Amino acid sequence: MSATAPANTPSPAAATSAASDGLGDHARRWWADVRAGDLGSLPIFVGLIIIAIVFQSQNDRFLTSGNFVNLIVQAAAFIAIGMGIVFVLLLGEIDLSVGYVSGVAGSLTALLLLEDGASLPAGVAIAAALALGAAIGTLHGVLITKVGIPSFVVTLAGLIAWNGVVLLLIADRGTIVLQNDLVVGFSNDFLADGTAWIVAVAAAAIYAALLLNERRVRSAANLPTGPMSLTALRIATFAVILFAVVAIANQDRGIPFVLVVLAVLFLGWTFVLNRTRFGRHVYAVGGNAEAARRAGIDVDRVKIAVFAICSMMAALGGIILASRLRSVDPGAGGGQILLYSIAAAVIGGTSLFGGRGNIKSAVLGALVIASIDNGLGLLGLSSGTKFVVTGLVLLAAVTVDSVSRKGRAQSGRA
Amino acid sequence: MSTAASPSDSRESGGGAAPVLELKGVSKSFGAVQALYQVDFAVAPGQVMALVGDNGAGKSTLIKCIAGIHPISDGQIFFEGQPVDIHGPKDAAKLGIEVVYQDLALADNLDVVQNMFLGREEVSSLRRLDETGMEKKATDTLASLSVTTIRSVRQTVAGLSGGQRQSVAVAKAVMWNSKVVILDEPTAALGVAQTRQVLDLVRRLGQQGLAVVIVSHNLHDVFEVADHVTVLRLGQNVAEYRVADVTQTQIVEAITAGTLSKVPGQADAEVVTA
Repeated sequence: MSATAPANTPSPAAATSAASDGLGDHARRWWADVRAGDLGSLPIFVGLIIIAIVFQSQNDRFLTSGNFVNLIVQAAAFIAIGMGIVFVLLLGEIDLSVGYVSGVAGSLTALLLLEDGASLPAGVAIAAALALGAAIGTLHGVLITKVGIPSFVVTLAGLIAWNGVVLLLIADRGTIVLQNDLVVGFSNDFLADGTAWIVAVAAAAIYAALLLNERRVRSAANLPTGPMSLTALRIATFAVILFAVVAIANQDRGIPFVLVVLAVLFLGWTFVLNRTRFGRHVYAVGGNAEAARRAGIDVDRVKIAVFAICSMMAALGGIILASRLRSVDPGAGGGQILLYSIAAAVIGGTSLFGGRGNIKSAVLGALVIASIDNGLGLLGLSSGTKFVVTGLVLLAAVTVDSVSRKGRAQSGRA
Repeated sequence: MSTAASPSDSRESGGGAAPVLELKGVSKSFGAVQALYQVDFAVAPGQVMALVGDNGAGKSTLIKCIAGIHPISDGQIFFEGQPVDIHGPKDAAKLGIEVVYQDLALADNLDVVQNMFLGREEVSSLRRLDETGMEKKATDTLASLSVTTIRSVRQTVAGLSGGQRQSVAVAKAVMWNSKVVILDEPTAALGVAQTRQVLDLVRRLGQQGLAVVIVSHNLHDVFEVADHVTVLRLGQNVAEYRVADVTQTQIVEAITAGTLSKVPGQADAEVVTA
């Protein structure tokens, strides 16, 4: 950076070129970012393609529409829980209790629906389970912020204690079979083909309208907009992916209801993170908590809210899981739920060190994990192999993050 | 002129304009440690006031008291002639006092616009962030300060140089119609060219009619941009000068050996007469 006179010149030049540069310039800039270590979602797409090729070459049932629908349903719970984990990781904190919080929520839902017991309407039972999740998260958040216990310890205690609560709730009943059509249908019912197409076309139209409206507002305010061709490309890519998902799923049973729920949550949480004050404050607290505090942000309140969101999403994940299995047993919330959910967020590209990441990473990461799980299952390999491979993938994802972080540091973008 | 006895009088006769921010007899102790003792301090609109002193002289404590981070133990703060109580950063911001800390308090993962509006984001309908409005306002503020070195206001702060970061932090401070801007060691971590950028920026703030307080170790910088200088030593105001009337040697002397008034009787007498 030299003195002001030469540094003056690039600014007007940049302003004019921003208006006139085309797709090629954007592609070059994107590639420059990638080379500088700003990889975005690139590794994960490469990873998904590799996974698809490897498993398809070993077992040609991997890339079938039937297995595709299975994959969505299998990934659903991890996606939901992973979305909550993304919030916590954005703060640079951790929540180890999500597994058993999901178990508590699943057990509670099952108990409230019992026909020889409370026999509440499904809506009420689900609302109660979600509210319990939010309350648990609030409790964690208060202990972390107001008492000052590290989140690792609070949620580790939660991991043990909520496991206990699951056992207290349902151990004496053994497995509870879910009878409620609505709750079971959550993961096991599908949209009619026509309805799915209508929803997909509407979503693509709304996405196009939003992007075009943003362009209009920005050019009205004399702010730089990207090239029109880039906007068109984004709309086309979105539409193609969406239509492909619908077309493939419709060849089999169709789009599962749970995917619609997840799509709505994805849009909702993305909006919260990117377009609201609260979301901005989450990133700020994760990036520099002291700066956030000095800017007048109530850091404690943001943290408590984030832990509440995380546990609530865990509760939702528990309900989805119970719905997929059509039952709840005393082992609910155990197994790989916790680690797979955290791994999903991290593999998707959310940094463990706070401040970097997005909701999309939970979706992509969960897809990777579910694909591996599903693919190795098709090959008939043992759980041992599954865990080793999943562990290696997680390690690879974090390695990519660390190496790209080094790249960013060297190019001044850390 | 070198007086702790009646600084405000000497300023009004010398500077002309009434001070926008004035501290009278401000003391601050942390337990047994007396960080500030009966400090008088004032700065007028359009004035660039340097605050100098050795390590531990109480410079940071003084600005933190003004910013509302530390409550003062004794004394009174006047803003535009009115006595005010500053209980937190929000109170200070409401009055129009903005502090740019040495660490700049920028979040690396956020872009320039997001940092400039941190904690004061503007929202439009549906509680949605008004991104275009904020981006426009940020661009305009940077332009009004002649900050031309930042390529895009949508790049993250992590990618900016030290001078650019300082510019962003200063622009963030002046965007809110602030009346007093306090800069804590703005050039401490910068190279020659970037120091120049920042000093030019500080001078422009003064020319725009803001009261500027600049805390610095670097007397070269002080002589370059400041028109008044206040010397703190061991928590006391030991000297005030107009920069035009003083040499570096005199200031160094005041920093290292300025006469202390920490004879309690004498200090008490001052309070009574004030």
